[in-house]
Amino acid sequence: MKNIITMIAKRLGLGLLTMIVISILIFVGVEALPGDLAEAILGQEATVETVAAFRKELKLDLPPHIRYFSWLASVAEGDLGNSLSNGRPISELIGWRFANTMFLASSAAVISVPIAIILGLLAALYRDSWFDKAISTTTLTAISFPEFFVAYILIALFSVKLTLFPSMSNINDELTFGQKIYAVILPSLTLTFIVTAHMMRQTRAAVINVLASSYIEMARLKGLKRFRIIVLHAFPNALSPVINVVALNLAYLVVGVVIVEVVFVYPGLGQLLVDSVSKRDIPVVQASGLIFATVYISLNLLADILSILSNPRLLHPRSK
Amino acid sequence: MDFLKLMRQSPLSARIGLAIVLLNLLAALLAPVIAPYGETEIVADVWLSASWDHPLGTDHLGRDLFTRVMYGARNTITIAFVTTLLSFIIGSMMGFMAAATGGWADLIISRIVDILMAFPTLIFALMALSVVGTSVMSLIGVIAVLDSTRVFRLSRAVAMDITVMEFVEAARLRGEGILWVMRKEILPNAMPPLVAEFGLRFCFVFLFIASLSFLGLGIQPPTADWGGMVRENAGAITFGIMTPLWPAGAIALLTVGVNLIVDWFLKIASGLKD
Repeated sequence: MKNIITMIAKRLGLGLLTMIVISILIFVGVEALPGDLAEAILGQEATVETVAAFRKELKLDLPPHIRYFSWLASVAEGDLGNSLSNGRPISELIGWRFANTMFLASSAAVISVPIAIILGLLAALYRDSWFDKAISTTTLTAISFPEFFVAYILIALFSVKLTLFPSMSNINDELTFGQKIYAVILPSLTLTFIVTAHMMRQTRAAVINVLASSYIEMARLKGLKRFRIIVLHAFPNALSPVINVVALNLAYLVVGVVIVEVVFVYPGLGQLLVDSVSKRDIPVVQASGLIFATVYISLNLLADILSILSNPRLLHPRSK
Repeated sequence: MDFLKLMRQSPLSARIGLAIVLLNLLAALLAPVIAPYGETEIVADVWLSASWDHPLGTDHLGRDLFTRVMYGARNTITIAFVTTLLSFIIGSMMGFMAAATGGWADLIISRIVDILMAFPTLIFALMALSVVGTSVMSLIGVIAVLDSTRVFRLSRAVAMDITVMEFVEAARLRGEGILWVMRKEILPNAMPPLVAEFGLRFCFVFLFIASLSFLGLGIQPPTADWGGMVRENAGAITFGIMTPLWPAGAIALLTVGVNLIVDWFLKIASGLKD
C-alpha cells in the first residue's frame, strides 16, 4: 500500500511540475512577442509618455520573473486579466463557455465509452473473424478522417437531407436540458465517431495483450468455460489498460472539441480560443490555452493513477 | 528487394493505397497542365453544380472547384511533406544524439520532450501561432518542432538498441566521431521503423495542417488548400450544396491511402523479423 501511495505522489508531483513548466512556457511565449501589450493596446500613435504610464499601470516595467509570479498568483485567485479586444474580464468570457465545452465533451463521452468498450471486447474475443476485420477497417478509416469531414457528412445527411437536427448548435441558459441535448446531438455524434474509433482499437489491443498471456492459456487448458475465463481471469487484468485508454481518450476529446465547435458554431471555449488566435488577443489565448492544458494534463494524470490503482500486481504485491 | 515481386505479392488494400497516393501525386505534379483553369481565376457564377465545364462545380467566389482541388493537392501535400521532413531531421538528429551520447544531454532533452508531449498539440500550435503569426513559414516551423518530439521518442528508442551493438562499439574504439557514428552506423539500421513512422507522421501532419487551415489559421487564401477550401465553402452545405465535401473527402482519401500503405509496410517489416 505504501508503495502505491509513493507512486501516486510521484505522479502528482510530476503533473504539477509539468503544469508549472507549461505556465512558464506560456508566459515566455507572450514575452517573446515583438513590442509589448501597452503598445498593442494603445496603438502606434500613442505618445511615449502615455505608453510609459500605461506600462506602469500594467506593471510591465517590473522585471519578468516578478511579473510571472504576480501573474501566477492572480491566475490562482481566478483573475485571468482582461481581453485586449473588448476589455472585458477574461474569467467572465471563459466561465460559461467552458461549461458548454464540458457539456459537449461529456455528452460525447457518455455515448462513446460504452460503445467503444463493448465493440473492443467483442473484436478482441472474435479476433480475425469477419466481424473483427470489418470493425478494424471501419475504425482505421474513421481515424483517417478529419473531424470536419465527419461533421459535414453528418450535417448533409441529418440536417439537410432528413432535416432531423439543426446544423448549428446554439445553446444558452434558457433551454431545458432536453433542448440542450437535442442541440448538441450532431456535434457529439461527430466526436463520438472519431473518439470511439481510437478507443475501440486501443481496447482491442489491450484485451488481446491480456488474452495472449500464459495464465489465460492455463485457464483454457484447465477446461474452464470461455465466459468464466473472460470475466474472472482476463477482465481484472484488462481493466487497468482499458481504464487508461478511456481516460486518455477523454483527454483527447476535450481537445478535439475545438474543431467540432467551430463547425457547429457552438459557443464553447474552443471557438473562443480560435477567434482569439485570429484576433491575436493574447491574454485570452493564454488563459484558454492554460485551461485546456490543465484539463488535458489532469485527465492524463487520472489515467496514470487509475491504472496504478487497478493493477492487481501492484495492489497485491507478491513480497513485502 | 525486387520491387515487381513485392508488388505482385501485395494485398489488395496496399494496392488501393498505392493507387490513391499515385493519383494524388499525379494531381499535385500535373496541376498546371491538366487543370482547365487558373488557380485563382474566377470563371463562372458562385456554387454552380457539376457540369461538363466544371466537373465538380464552382466555389464561393465562382472559381472552378476541380482546378482548386488539383492545386490544393499541390500546396497541401508539399507543405505537409516539407514539414514532416523537417520534423524528422530535427527529431531523429536529437534522438540519435541523445542515445549516442547518453548522460546529462539525454536526460535534459528527454525531460523537455516529455513536457512538450504532455501538452495537447493543437492547443500548443494555436498558442504558438498566435505569437508568431500565421504564415506558411511559421506554420511549417511550429508544426515541425511540435511533431519532432514524437520522432525523437521513436528514434531515441531505436537508436538505444543499436548503440549497444558491437559494431558501434568497434566504430567508437576506432576513434570515429559522434556524427560519423550517427550517420554511418545508427541511421542505416534505424531506417525501417523510421520509414513506417514517416508515413504515420505524414498523415498526422497533413490532417493537422488541414485542420489549422480549416480554422483559418493555416495556409492563407487565395492559395488553394484543401482545409481552407472546406472552410470557405462551408456555408454551401446548409443550402444542400455539397461543395465542401469534395476537398474534405480528398483529405480523407489521401490519409486512408497512406495508412493502408503503412499498414502493409509494417506487416512486411514485422514478417521479416520472425
